[in-house]
Amino acid sequence: MNFANLFKIALKALSNNKLRGFLTMLGIIIGVASVITMLAIGQGSKKSIQAEISEMGSNMIMIGPGGDRRGGVQLSADDMESLKLKDLEDIKSQTRYVTYISPAVNSSGQAVYGANNTPTTVYGVDLDYMEIRRYRVSDGDIFSEHDVKTAAKVCLIGKTVADELFPNGDNPVGKVIRFGTIPFRIVGMLESKGYNSMGMDQDDLIIAPYTTVQKRILAITHLQEIICSALSEEYTEQAIDEISGILRVNHKIRAGEDDDFTIRSQQELSSMLTSTTDMMTVLLAAVAGISLLVGGIGIMNIMYVSVTERTREIGLRMSIGAKGRDILAQFLIESILISVTGGLIGVLAGIGAALVVNIVAAFPIYIQPWSVFLSFAVCTVTGIFFGWYPAQKAAMLDPIEAIRYE
Amino acid sequence: MKEVIRLEEIHRDFKVGDEVVHALRGVSFTIYSGEFVTIMGTSGSGKSTLLNTLGCLDTPSSGEYYLDGVSVRTMDKNQRAVLRNRKIGFVFQNYNLLPKTTAIENVELPLMYNSDYSASARYSRAVESLKAVGLGDRLLHKSNQMSGGQMQRVAIARALVNDPAVILADEATGNLDTRTSFEILVLFQQLHKEGRTIIFVTHNPEIAYYSSRNITLRDGKVTDDTRNNSILSAAEALARLPKQEE
Repeated sequence: MNFANLFKIALKALSNNKLRGFLTMLGIIIGVASVITMLAIGQGSKKSIQAEISEMGSNMIMIGPGGDRRGGVQLSADDMESLKLKDLEDIKSQTRYVTYISPAVNSSGQAVYGANNTPTTVYGVDLDYMEIRRYRVSDGDIFSEHDVKTAAKVCLIGKTVADELFPNGDNPVGKVIRFGTIPFRIVGMLESKGYNSMGMDQDDLIIAPYTTVQKRILAITHLQEIICSALSEEYTEQAIDEISGILRVNHKIRAGEDDDFTIRSQQELSSMLTSTTDMMTVLLAAVAGISLLVGGIGIMNIMYVSVTERTREIGLRMSIGAKGRDILAQFLIESILISVTGGLIGVLAGIGAALVVNIVAAFPIYIQPWSVFLSFAVCTVTGIFFGWYPAQKAAMLDPIEAIRYE
Repeated sequence: MKEVIRLEEIHRDFKVGDEVVHALRGVSFTIYSGEFVTIMGTSGSGKSTLLNTLGCLDTPSSGEYYLDGVSVRTMDKNQRAVLRNRKIGFVFQNYNLLPKTTAIENVELPLMYNSDYSASARYSRAVESLKAVGLGDRLLHKSNQMSGGQMQRVAIARALVNDPAVILADEATGNLDTRTSFEILVLFQQLHKEGRTIIFVTHNPEIAYYSSRNITLRDGKVTDDTRNNSILSAAEALARLPKQEE
């Protein structure tokens, strides 16, 4: 008995009972569709949270000076002058995992324009800083490298600062404000980023070349902080290891001695948030998986009924020469056909439902190719697993009794 | 003449609870090619058990059964399935056609389990068989659109399709009215004339007049085995029947 004939026989049997076949399939369709939709929603929200974090700079690494003891006195990290421009240049030239790097010095004070003033912080940075923190310029332009070299008195301001200093809605670009005693010409406006997840206003700042802040405001030569970004979030760990190695060499720290610097990343925050959504995805998938199981039990149920109902047919087939394994194969093919067809329709329905959720509820979705393959594979296995016992029952029938079954 | 079936001291015992029922108690006979044999017996005579044994659906408890020269007793289930597929054509009382299936598909069924036949060979064999039973114009009729007589003709065509060594009919006219019964008998006589070997199991003694040999079974033993030298023509009997009111 060849497979093509068995396939034909099974197909014929299914087409004789279209409605029942479809209703049985419905269990699988709903199961597969819900697995795919739920995973799409779960993965979608995970992706959107990840995107939000990376908007903040999830791959951001902050290097600061560490505290130290000198003659038994514990010194504050802020007082340390251990981070130099050379450290930055060495990191820049020696690591493979860092894309952008910028020094950072800052000073808090009062910004003044005409009769308006506001307390804020000026951050002295390099051009890379914009990339690391994902700041974008909404109006005007960023200062140039030449401005950095010459310690030019130019700056970019955030929306909060602009609203305070220019309450009547004048365009700040081109205006000159004062920070402390130093006049700065505004060359650009930063695109608003709103509050971050820690509740800090990310628009309440002034960005200026670090050279300007170092020389003209703080009068220092060291760096308060070095900020850089890893190639991507996954490489943060490696980047931190490399940076730490470079700094230990530069600072002549012997093995066994503590670092005189601290390196922090945003990875903890991001891993906490993604683990929450991962948990949600698992729960959704579990619920959906249960409905797939229920669909499989539906197949088993119908196949049992079908075997009982078709006992005479089985008896006839056996008496005209079908072997037990032919009958087994026929019923197994029937249940696999039901589950695979149901799976195919379910995949399409699931993708469709996910798109509807996305369009109607504006919920972020992400359809992972593996989830489609997985649910498809699962329902094929379901078909074999739940079809096996009924098919086995059919194959074990005694033809003498089966043919006279009423 | 060529031997088609030879039974030697066939016994078949069933265990029912603690008791052993002896359904067949030493049945022996030989059937030759081209015979039309009726096996007669009341219920409980063992004729169903004998039919199952002849049809290779059951194996005897003891004794030898040769079908077309092959010993069936030692065969396993799968070997017997193949044997049924190649050597035997079954005709049942209740036709046992597949529901919602066309005549041609029903007739093709035995060949579906024989991988020697290609789809086209299968189709032409099935058409041939259906023509042989006079249903050449009803190939695509579905089983639920046919009368009892037509369904039984399809069943006979199905039994012929594998060109079997023997056709086993089990009360093949039992569900039909008198006229249709005779029509089916005419068909069996025609097949007999063409040289087919037919075994017709029935409890209706009338049918014995139309066969070439009659074996009577009682309490699991052959009580009578007579050749019929004056076979009646079923066609004539049919002609004598009063015309049905249309």
